[in-house]
Amino acid sequence: MKLLILIGLVLLIIAVHQLMRVVELSRQFKNTKEWNVSESDNTFNGKLMLVFGILFLGFFFWQINRWSDNSLPGAASVHGLKVDQLWDYNMYLVSIIFVLVNGVLFYFAYKYSGKNDTKATFLAHDNRLEMAWTVAPAIVLAGIIIFGLKYWNEITERSTDSNKITVELYAKQFDWTARYAGNDKILGSTDYRQINGQNIVGIDTLDATSFDDIIVRNEFHIPVNKEIEFKMRSRDVIHSAFMPHFRAQMNCVPGMVTEFRFTPNKTTAEMRKDPYVIQLMKGINDIRAKNNKEPVEFDYILLCNKICGASHYNMQMTIIVESEKDYNAWIAKQKVVKTLASK
Amino acid sequence: MANAHSIDLSEHAGHHAHDHAHEEEHQSFVAKYIFSMDHKMISRQFLLTAVVMAVIAMTMSIIFRMQLAWPGEKFAFINAMLGDTWGKDGILDPNMYLALVTIHGTIMVFFVLTGGLSGTFANLLIPYQVGARDMASGFLNMLSYWFFFLSSVIMLASLFITDGPASGGWTIYPPLSALPEAMPGSKLGMTMWLISMTLFIVSSLLGGINYIVTIINLRTKGMKMTRMPLTMWAILITAILGVLSFPVLVSAVVLLICDRSLGTSFYLSDIYIGGRPLDNVGGSPVLFEHLFWFLGHPEVYIVILPALGITSEIIATNSRKPIFGYRAMIGSMLAIGFLSFIVWGHHMFLTGMNPFLGSVFVFTTLLIAIPSAVKAFNYITTLWKGNIQYTPAMLFSIGLVSSFVTGGVTGIILADSTLDINVHDTYFVVAHFHIVMGLSAIFGMFAGVYHWFPKLFLRMMNKKLGYLHFWTTFVCAYGVFFPMHFLGLAGVPRRYYTNSNFPMFDNLVDINEIVTVFAILAALAQVIFMFNFFYSIFRGEKSPQNPWNSNTLEWTTPMANIHGNWPGPLPVVHRWAYDYSKPGASADFIPQTVPLAEGEHDNGEH
Repeated sequence: MKLLILIGLVLLIIAVHQLMRVVELSRQFKNTKEWNVSESDNTFNGKLMLVFGILFLGFFFWQINRWSDNSLPGAASVHGLKVDQLWDYNMYLVSIIFVLVNGVLFYFAYKYSGKNDTKATFLAHDNRLEMAWTVAPAIVLAGIIIFGLKYWNEITERSTDSNKITVELYAKQFDWTARYAGNDKILGSTDYRQINGQNIVGIDTLDATSFDDIIVRNEFHIPVNKEIEFKMRSRDVIHSAFMPHFRAQMNCVPGMVTEFRFTPNKTTAEMRKDPYVIQLMKGINDIRAKNNKEPVEFDYILLCNKICGASHYNMQMTIIVESEKDYNAWIAKQKVVKTLASK
Repeated sequence: MANAHSIDLSEHAGHHAHDHAHEEEHQSFVAKYIFSMDHKMISRQFLLTAVVMAVIAMTMSIIFRMQLAWPGEKFAFINAMLGDTWGKDGILDPNMYLALVTIHGTIMVFFVLTGGLSGTFANLLIPYQVGARDMASGFLNMLSYWFFFLSSVIMLASLFITDGPASGGWTIYPPLSALPEAMPGSKLGMTMWLISMTLFIVSSLLGGINYIVTIINLRTKGMKMTRMPLTMWAILITAILGVLSFPVLVSAVVLLICDRSLGTSFYLSDIYIGGRPLDNVGGSPVLFEHLFWFLGHPEVYIVILPALGITSEIIATNSRKPIFGYRAMIGSMLAIGFLSFIVWGHHMFLTGMNPFLGSVFVFTTLLIAIPSAVKAFNYITTLWKGNIQYTPAMLFSIGLVSSFVTGGVTGIILADSTLDINVHDTYFVVAHFHIVMGLSAIFGMFAGVYHWFPKLFLRMMNKKLGYLHFWTTFVCAYGVFFPMHFLGLAGVPRRYYTNSNFPMFDNLVDINEIVTVFAILAALAQVIFMFNFFYSIFRGEKSPQNPWNSNTLEWTTPMANIHGNWPGPLPVVHRWAYDYSKPGASADFIPQTVPLAEGEHDNGEH
């Protein structure tokens, strides 16, 4: 195999070399020079610029048509709906700019391709034009900044909801653990020196508030329409808790506790009935069937989105959003830390 | 020997320079080709090193793209490249995947687009375009290259060690990069990465100081700052950015070395790894991120500004028109340079940094869009009513304008912290920075190579192969990076060895395949360039003195590599560099050395 590749390469080089000899000879014959760009060169490349411009913009719309149905479903959280809305406005805006500016660029590249009998117009500057395209982006950007920061402040401001549920997401190489505050609504304090096979998240066993904490793995449940305050921690390296369906992400940094909060507004069951999601899952399951894999149902998911080591690509936890009643029933069945510790 | 290298910088050094030219024939091989202090030779050394590094980094990208498109498939190519340790049965090892991603990024950002791009064109063009006999310090310049070479060698050597090279991503965030227990790449490979980068920064600083001093002090008579070609402005601003920001990366690196080797806790706290708690308490990885991005963000402008300078020059020359808004172009580069120092936090919206601080960075970051937009519009207006000469360099320059716009607009999305939440660290970001920085800068570099090849090697590159190279590269480049936006919209995180562990990504296989096919085609297209490049060095047609009918000073030097550049006295400059198609002139260009006619105005006033 290696030998074949090598022989192929050598043959290729020889072939191109011979080709170059022919080119060189014909060049001497025709007396053309490498630095002379002829009118036909200009026309040829100018036309290609136009063709490329059309194909490029066509490719842009083709991709939207073909692949935008693969995008994440609409946000499943209250703030996420606003993020989506802002995303759409901004995306339309920049798409228009992208199409217009590229369109004009390739059109000019075609229109003004060099001709022997024309001379370029000497135009060094024009203060009004330059002022216009300094001020116009400034105004547009002012709008983008104002709306972006308004939502950002809403999303990141401290929670005042006394009914909120606090969930700790604890990352380590290469899995997630979730911890609930329990009846006292207080997450017990932690001490990384106490981590061991039983005490995986490093609960401070001297802190009584931790005794009713609940630790779950593989999947965690949250109630719909209730504010969930996430506290993120990491045991070893930086991870990032990414919950794309909720438009939520925050890094997990060793040595500190980071936060993100959102209010889910669709249960997992509701999402599975959403027409877009049904279509999306059908597409996925069709492909899975072709590869002899069993079909899957839609699930919310927590992924790691900061490079963290060899199995970074496989750090996941399922999120179940359900009615408050179902949630209460589920959480009641989970074991509290005290029973774990007493083992 | 020493005499042969002493460059007489006075204006009337003509006969000295002549002597040097004479002496050059007697220089030893080592002095002429290896430890040369001549800016032209150093430029060639940077370029050739960068070409080698680029080929390696591109090959790496092909390997991990094959893995991403066809995970689990066996490829003889991968086994041939990586051997049985990392490519057993032709399947890429997950740790090696991360190593390839890391070293690909490091080489492309630092070694190709910083060292290669600035090193080649700053060294070649500064003395030529400001009218100097050489750089201010030929010795420092030589050291700059050799530190660069040494750091390249160390970086490449790290590919051959048992544990593999650094693999924590090119941003090397601790604790991943600080703890050998975290991944094999954080053992010796990371140490070598840190040493290599430190040497690289030494090289960059030696070069940068030299560039600044030469541009400010050694301009020839009449070469006012406001008459300099935009390439010079771009390189000057780039060098200032580098000198101010690279030392901060050294401090980040030194503290990381302390954490790794001396038991300090600058970046480490409350860590339990490898079955035991570490003693380190009180540090914060966020500190590293601040230090890293304080360099890291100016760095992307260090990469893109020289490319913008190069294209400004090429677009004006080949549109046969003055660059539109010369002063606005300078102003926008200064604005970009200034703003680049106060936007680093936009990489850190979701790191646990105070969200209010994030707001400030949203504001400053989006401001950069204004000077960037001015530049794009000015390029397009320069084309308007031009008489465009399609040299390969011109094609790549137009390619740059397109990719700068296409990648730039998604920057407006990413700079918005609210929108960044869901696409941060996804393929949307990968698409964005590859288009706006990777493609634009590499297009600028190609444009520069095609345009100044006659000054580099005194010969011409083949035009037709240049056309073929541009069109295949341009099509494939967009084919690789445009579809990645849609992976990002589906929520695919970057740096995943495979997406197949998440059923939600199963419908994206065709996108990944398209990307990889285009990537392989793009890599093959570079074979055309490599052939044209090396063939033309030896066999290309001999170039005339001013092949592109350009105004700048480098085209007034004779087509020979002589010390001191001009055999007679240094040229005297009488006008700006952009008098193309000036009304009343007989030719469509007026070199900078031609005195202003009676009643003629400079700087485009007429």
